[in-house]
Amino acid sequence: MKIGIVTFPGSNCDHDVYHVVQHVLGADARYVWHKDRLPAGLDAVILPGGFSYGDYLRCGALARFSPVMEDVVGFAKGGGPVLGICNGFQILCEAGLLPGVLMRNASLKFVCQDVTVEVQGEETPVTSGLRGQKLRIPVAHAEGNYSADAETLDRLEGEGRVVFRYVGGAPQGAARDIAGIAGGPRLNVVGLMPHPERASEPVLGNTDGRKLFESLLRSAA
Amino acid sequence: MSKTARVFVTLKRGVLDPQGSAVARSLHSLGYSEVEDVRLGKYIEVKLREGAALADERKRIDEMCKKLLANTVIEDYEIQL
Repeated sequence: MKIGIVTFPGSNCDHDVYHVVQHVLGADARYVWHKDRLPAGLDAVILPGGFSYGDYLRCGALARFSPVMEDVVGFAKGGGPVLGICNGFQILCEAGLLPGVLMRNASLKFVCQDVTVEVQGEETPVTSGLRGQKLRIPVAHAEGNYSADAETLDRLEGEGRVVFRYVGGAPQGAARDIAGIAGGPRLNVVGLMPHPERASEPVLGNTDGRKLFESLLRSAA
Repeated sequence: MSKTARVFVTLKRGVLDPQGSAVARSLHSLGYSEVEDVRLGKYIEVKLREGAALADERKRIDEMCKKLLANTVIEDYEIQL
């Protein structure tokens, strides 16, 4: 099981994701520098959180033009599982792999707290067997206010592509309390704002996030 | 002489602008009660290389806006050449 973790200049959760995939779950994690191509034979690709390109212009706007993204888009369009976490979610939206945009939090404040999200919608590589579960996972972002036009939101809901929803209200004003969505030819592309890699070990006091990585490894098997 | 394109990127009407609202509240607290609303945007100068006066420069700036400078899901843009 080979999982590629893309590092952009300014990514800061790549090591945490690597740690969970490689050391906690015992899979084969590979860093991929943003200027390189994706190595052959990857089973899944993760775009980690952080501040790629310093969030200049808009979050994710510059990262989407990194050379590696051409391969990521090809991998996603071919049905390969792609998971974007936080800044990774923003990059997937800017790259057009997922609809909508993550805007500045309505409060204008950086939110850093545990939230509860419910797994909903159609099954995806990241949520297999988890539907209906309420997971406690931390968020940490200033731009997580998911926004799209009403037609797009209706389509996402109708097609079961809202796969994570905040329970008890979105902490930053996200439309319809959306925390994560899916896209791609087989709903193989998933983006979410919460950080499952920060809740994947007992020593951190919470292992709910680990379920998403376990699902990803199961799906890629 | 080199030419500079000026690009104004603004949030589409109807898209909430919490930063603009915060600025409007500050102006109110400074006593500017005539302020009804404030919207924040970006002003971008794109300096074109000297002698690069392409016949389709407006079209190319428009392309730059669509591809990178603006996110047309939530933003409008205006080009001044």
